[in-house]
Amino acid sequence: MPAVLFQRVLGFTGRIVTLFLTVGITLLGLVALTFCIGRLVPIDPVLSVVGQKASEEVYQRVFLEMGLDKPLWQQFLLYAGKLVQGDFGTSFVTNRPVLSDLAGFFPATLELATLGLLIGTLVGVPAGVAAAYWHGRWPDYLIRFIGLIGYSVPIFWLGLVGLFIFYSRLDWVSGPGQIDVFFQGIVTPVTGALLIDSLIAGEGEVFGNALSHIVLPAALLGYYSLAYISRMTRSMMLDQLSREYVLTARLKGATEYRAVMLHALRNAAIPLVTVIALSYGGLLEGSVLVETVFAWPGIGNYIASSLFRADINAVLGGTVLVGAVFILLNMVSDVVYQMLDPRSNLRRR
Amino acid sequence: MTVANLTHAESRRQLRRARLGEFGRFARRFARNPLGMIGLAILGVLLACAILAPLLAPHDPYLPDLVRRLSPPGAQNWLGTDELGRDIFSRILHGARLTLLIVGLVVATSAPIGLVVGAVAGTAGGWVDAVFMRITDVFLAVPKLLLALAFVAALGPGIVNAALAITLTAWPPYARLARAEALIVRDSDYVNAVRLAGGSEFRIVFRHIMPMCLSSVIVRMTLDMAGIILTAAGLGFIGLGAQPPLPEWGAMISTGRKFIFDQWWVATMPGLAIFIVSLGFNLLGDAMRDLLDPHLRRRA
Repeated sequence: MPAVLFQRVLGFTGRIVTLFLTVGITLLGLVALTFCIGRLVPIDPVLSVVGQKASEEVYQRVFLEMGLDKPLWQQFLLYAGKLVQGDFGTSFVTNRPVLSDLAGFFPATLELATLGLLIGTLVGVPAGVAAAYWHGRWPDYLIRFIGLIGYSVPIFWLGLVGLFIFYSRLDWVSGPGQIDVFFQGIVTPVTGALLIDSLIAGEGEVFGNALSHIVLPAALLGYYSLAYISRMTRSMMLDQLSREYVLTARLKGATEYRAVMLHALRNAAIPLVTVIALSYGGLLEGSVLVETVFAWPGIGNYIASSLFRADINAVLGGTVLVGAVFILLNMVSDVVYQMLDPRSNLRRR
Repeated sequence: MTVANLTHAESRRQLRRARLGEFGRFARRFARNPLGMIGLAILGVLLACAILAPLLAPHDPYLPDLVRRLSPPGAQNWLGTDELGRDIFSRILHGARLTLLIVGLVVATSAPIGLVVGAVAGTAGGWVDAVFMRITDVFLAVPKLLLALAFVAALGPGIVNAALAITLTAWPPYARLARAEALIVRDSDYVNAVRLAGGSEFRIVFRHIMPMCLSSVIVRMTLDMAGIILTAAGLGFIGLGAQPPLPEWGAMISTGRKFIFDQWWVATMPGLAIFIVSLGFNLLGDAMRDLLDPHLRRRA
């Protein structure tokens, strides 16, 4: 394996370089994939730009302008080059550059997914630790059961059921959307995330209303990631708790809290970084369905509604954006993992 | 000559007996796992529903009855009716066929593709391995549901296209698994013996390495089926899977969405069906993994 040799010789820098190379190749692969999908579409790309009624002359000119006469690989390079410059094409529906559309919708998705991840982590990790600690007893079964349901339930359906129970019947939360019409446009967007923006503006009522809107979808996404996070935490903690160092700590008279939370959890926490990063990526993806149910003005909703109008530029642009975030998250978690793990070479230099 | 034939037949018989015995032991161990048995029972019911749907269904799943539209669950329509007055229970029974069809299509295509890619890459090594695994990594690194969405958007909605799109995103884990197993066995003595006896590389991969990857691939397959059902239902819900009037469960939820606040049963019932079936696959998959996973068995 030349890559291994490369790492041995160059050490730290080599690792970083290989990491960037890998990420670069993966990103290129992603772009190649979306390019291929774009070619699969049975819609004539020229017609979608010029419209049905354009004259033959205009058609030919646009055909050449779009580089459709060139061989495929040149078209691919053209496409990749444009992406790098931030040109994702124009959305046929909104008639605006896809990138600015995406930039407008992304903060809402990020807000929702981040809150979901927060819930998932804050509940999932302790649940996993508890399940591992009471391994084979009722807390373990209960937590595993809850996780199993989270794995099996269609999240969009759970969203509908949640809306029916908590919004329609109990009236505990607000319905679909990010905010009531009444409160719309009060806060000037700074970050794009309404919760933060309303706090900055000091609008308590807006914040409360936004919170009552986001609670249900965020809890859903949180549950979705909780299933995965608690399962992984449990298996990692089980692995750590059976190690001899935990036994040693207990023999030396450490309290149970100390042995479990300070010794075992600290070691299990390192691989957990990867797990949590991965579920963040999963949440960005899972938000497509949840946003559709809750009419959340985010990127998932944008992609889903573009799908119906055959707005392929918007769909592919969204796919590239979320895919790239996904890949970068993986990379960051890799780096963090290696920095945290005392056994890895990064630290040793 | 005859002696050789005899021993050959005898060894075959013994092999068959040994395999039967192995299967019997597996079945007995499986029967001791209550959760696995529940999963198996759920899937048995699903299979029965799919096969016997026309016999079991009390109503025609496609026939509208506008007088009885949106009627709540009751004696005549056990799970209520939808916006065209069609019986939801009958539609769910018929939808079981579509669910099995999608799962079957995806599994029957993605597992073999992954198996071949992984086994070939692991056995061949070198640049073949590097190229195949890079491609696999790209597919693994891209969010699955989004990729499936983009594929269906390009291919056009429909049940087969949805299955195709899910396949395209589902094969990489199998390739990874098969490659890992192939790496373990490719230099073992028995493979070298086949090589020395003049077996072609093709024969080695297909007859001697791929069977060794099967057990972990099967475990992974059962675990994946729940995910496939959920993805397919998600595609149907967004409107890119099976098209109306087909009684696909995800699409049924999608139409029931409009009535969720007043006629809750229209969307709730098919969702329950999806949930129960995917729970069944998850239970079965977990039990299979506990029993079959070579890594777990070694540790135990």
